[in-house]
Amino acid sequence: MHVLTEYPILTILIFLPLAGCLLLLPVWNCRVSARPIALGVALLELALSVWLYVSRQDLPGVQTKLPGYLLSQDAPWIPSFGIRYTLGLDGISLLMVMLTAFTFCMALLVSWNSIKEKTGLFLTLMLTMEAGIMGVFLALDLALFYLFWEVMLIPMFFMIGIWGHGRKIYSTIKFFLFTMFGSLLMLLAIIFLHLLHAQQTGLATFGLHDLLKTQLPADTQLWLFAAFFLAFAIKFPLFPLHTWLPDAHTDAPTAGSVVLAGLLLKTGSYGLIRFGYPLFPQAAQALTPLFYTLALISIIYASLVAFAQEDMKRLIAYSSIGHMGYVAIGIAAWQPVALSGSILQMASHGVTTGALFCLVGMLDERAHTREIAAFGGLWGNIPKYSFFFLLFSLASLGLPGLNNFVGEFLVLTGTMKKSPLVAALAFVGIVLTLIYTVRLVQEVLFQKERQPLPLADLSLREICILAAFAAVAVWMGIHPAPLLDLVHAPVQLLTGGGL
Amino acid sequence: MDMISIPVVNMTPILPEIFLSVLAMVLLLLNVFSPSGKKSYLAYISFIGIAATAVLVGAGWGGHIESFSGAVILDNFATFFKMIFLLAAGLTVLISDQYMEREECNHGELYPLILFTVVGMMLMASGTDLMTIFLGLEVMSVSLYVLAGFNRNNKKSNEAGLKYFLLGAFSTGFLLYGMALTYGATGTTRVYKIASVVGQMTLPSANIMLLAGMLLMMTGFAFKIAAAPFHMWTPDVYEGAPTPMTAFMSAGPKAAGFAALLRILLVALPTLQIEWSQLLWVLAVLTMTVGNITALRQDNIKRMLAYSSIAHAGYALVGLVAGNGTGTAGILFYMLSYAFMNIGAFAIIILVSKKGETNGNVMDFAGLGFKRPLLAVAMTIFLFSLAGMPPTAGFIGKFYLFSGAVQKGYIWLAVIGVLNSAASVYYYLRVMVYMYMKEPTEEFEWTQVTAPVALALIISVAGSMIPGIVPSFILEFAQQAVKLI
Repeated sequence: MHVLTEYPILTILIFLPLAGCLLLLPVWNCRVSARPIALGVALLELALSVWLYVSRQDLPGVQTKLPGYLLSQDAPWIPSFGIRYTLGLDGISLLMVMLTAFTFCMALLVSWNSIKEKTGLFLTLMLTMEAGIMGVFLALDLALFYLFWEVMLIPMFFMIGIWGHGRKIYSTIKFFLFTMFGSLLMLLAIIFLHLLHAQQTGLATFGLHDLLKTQLPADTQLWLFAAFFLAFAIKFPLFPLHTWLPDAHTDAPTAGSVVLAGLLLKTGSYGLIRFGYPLFPQAAQALTPLFYTLALISIIYASLVAFAQEDMKRLIAYSSIGHMGYVAIGIAAWQPVALSGSILQMASHGVTTGALFCLVGMLDERAHTREIAAFGGLWGNIPKYSFFFLLFSLASLGLPGLNNFVGEFLVLTGTMKKSPLVAALAFVGIVLTLIYTVRLVQEVLFQKERQPLPLADLSLREICILAAFAAVAVWMGIHPAPLLDLVHAPVQLLTGGGL
Repeated sequence: MDMISIPVVNMTPILPEIFLSVLAMVLLLLNVFSPSGKKSYLAYISFIGIAATAVLVGAGWGGHIESFSGAVILDNFATFFKMIFLLAAGLTVLISDQYMEREECNHGELYPLILFTVVGMMLMASGTDLMTIFLGLEVMSVSLYVLAGFNRNNKKSNEAGLKYFLLGAFSTGFLLYGMALTYGATGTTRVYKIASVVGQMTLPSANIMLLAGMLLMMTGFAFKIAAAPFHMWTPDVYEGAPTPMTAFMSAGPKAAGFAALLRILLVALPTLQIEWSQLLWVLAVLTMTVGNITALRQDNIKRMLAYSSIAHAGYALVGLVAGNGTGTAGILFYMLSYAFMNIGAFAIIILVSKKGETNGNVMDFAGLGFKRPLLAVAMTIFLFSLAGMPPTAGFIGKFYLFSGAVQKGYIWLAVIGVLNSAASVYYYLRVMVYMYMKEPTEEFEWTQVTAPVALALIISVAGSMIPGIVPSFILEFAQQAVKLI
């Protein structure tokens, strides 16, 4: 028996950050000692998730109820409703868990000096959010999933509102209300599904693997899927539900933007892959044209809008919408190659965009502006910074050898087999991405010097952050095979194995 | 001439009521003999008395005793509601003393009046005769009119008392008229007998007198639970009444209204369920929507919570429309958790506001989050619970109510409910925005937290959180409580 199976490792993944919050209480007002504790907890999470990854081959797997899962846990929680505490880890969750643990380490490091006030609260919120997001990626009981889904919102609400810039209150309320609106309808759909299942089988359950067996008439399925789809599409975000994102990203503190782009958006696509499609396959099939259309509009519209942005953070926010559009296309195709591509793209986008938000944050700390027009010729001025800026910009536009290329390539290849037209239109998006990214790089890094003050180049801490991001980006770009291997089995199971 | 037959009277079902009434009268006497300005001990005695009553009530769990030839009953349903009333009264007593000292109206009559209100509410919950229910309602209401206007030096409080009295008296008229018509149609006032008489009618839904009776009774209760369009009194009364009394009114009497309404509709008139559920459907939608939309525009926090309490009555009505086990148990669970979270929120308002009921705007919460972090965390928990975010009691309550509606096929009602719930998040968030994201406009001394208030806050926080995380035991109580009706 493997040592990992002897301990409730999934529960530890979720509750370790919460335990970290308790550790923070005694040093609430002492910034110097609170930061290392929070970072230590985050690193421990990262170590745990990497350990899980390394030893995944040795895990016996879960034989009984959950085929394809590496680890699972199950206990009754609210028996009168049939709500259980069911967690499960398969390749997709594992990739997302690693991304979460990694992103939080980076986010904590990037806010090391920039959060000067109320640090105790900030770190507590970060760790609570980590717990919530871990929960979202691990829960296999729909009620439990909903719980984590809502819990992860609350810290983000405070984070944008307290440490944000600009119209932070407007943005944070908008973010919260948009998400609440969608998720409450999803809650109703969950309840309905639960009741229908209870009616059919007499078994009151919210467990995903029981609910998968529910017989659903076509029109019911359509309504239920629509409710799930709405909740997830807001998180994605898909056009026309995206309007909260540019505001929230722009006004959030850097750590908040990193987590938002890196993880919160992924919960939407993850939810669709884990719950939406498997629960309502026919409805998903029926709505595929709509999904394709929205995704294509997202890609092209967001790229065009990104081109017109003057604020770097807003530009990257819009580019996020575009990149998530590829994830959406890959899911809509629901075909093994495209789906693997989507999942990989989720991770890639988290890394690339996370790094870009960090870079903009660092520039903002130095020059106190994020306007593209305020900068120029950084390449000669702060070369280390410019190197990373160029690297992640190139990654973002999908340069082969870097991470985003793999995901986008797979998405387009897979989609080409199912709907060539969509793939062809999505290619247009790649060109547009190229245009706005090149413009950004050209204006900020090259041209002649415009910034009024001499800027300091990267500190050791900042180099460490960016180097870590870069290492992951290059590794994913050059050698994606292990990750593809990781998601292969679950993707085969989800898509029914057909090519 | 026949001898008047004296029924066998079993006093057990009304022991708690007797105990509380005696205690209230003793307190009235004590009050006369104690110097003014030293009334705090009355609060402690009342609290202990309420706790003792709770033990007495709790001991009756599982029992089923009818007495006074079917005019009152001791069953789990009544017991559950009595616990809610005692809880609301207990928390109110805890937060009253400090407030009343500050407002310089710590008159000793306050505590006996609260106890009499509880006696009335208890009778409403355990009454199985329209007359008993009416008696309870009047005992409750008359005490409440006085409580609403208790701060004699404050014009708004006087206005609240008078307004509540006038509109309350008006609604009582409706109720009594409805009861009279029901008696006319069925020949009895006992709820169980009404059920059997109506059950034997060939076409009860064509009996105009019965329908009119039902309609008028529902109107009367709609006043008491502040359901739209009979909610007009609520904002003014809630704003004007002394804050602890507002807290009490929003939790206790509302629950009592639901107890009586549930008993009458589900026990006496189940045959007319199609009719009354249609009416309540409209009422629920109106109540939720009017409450929430108006609350969005409020700056005064007591007014905001008044409208929010209207909205919450609407959510509870959703459970009554469903009328099934899940929905009705949901109402019980919701009323219990609502008592915790709402009284908790009002306790914080008391601490933030200043003498003369000033400083009661949402803006006055600016900076609370960092000046008084513990209070702000408590308020945050109450607000999230009111908004129905997991993992709080408010979430489980709404989950339960809406599940009941979906189960019975009222899907649109549930959709309207959750959309309302999403809209309501805005005004709860607004308070949090001020607490955490704005700087205070002026420096001022925050009221110190006295031990009783701290105790009330701890109980309320626990009551808002624990049923959200481990709801099972309370859910089971609630399910058993509605099994018999």
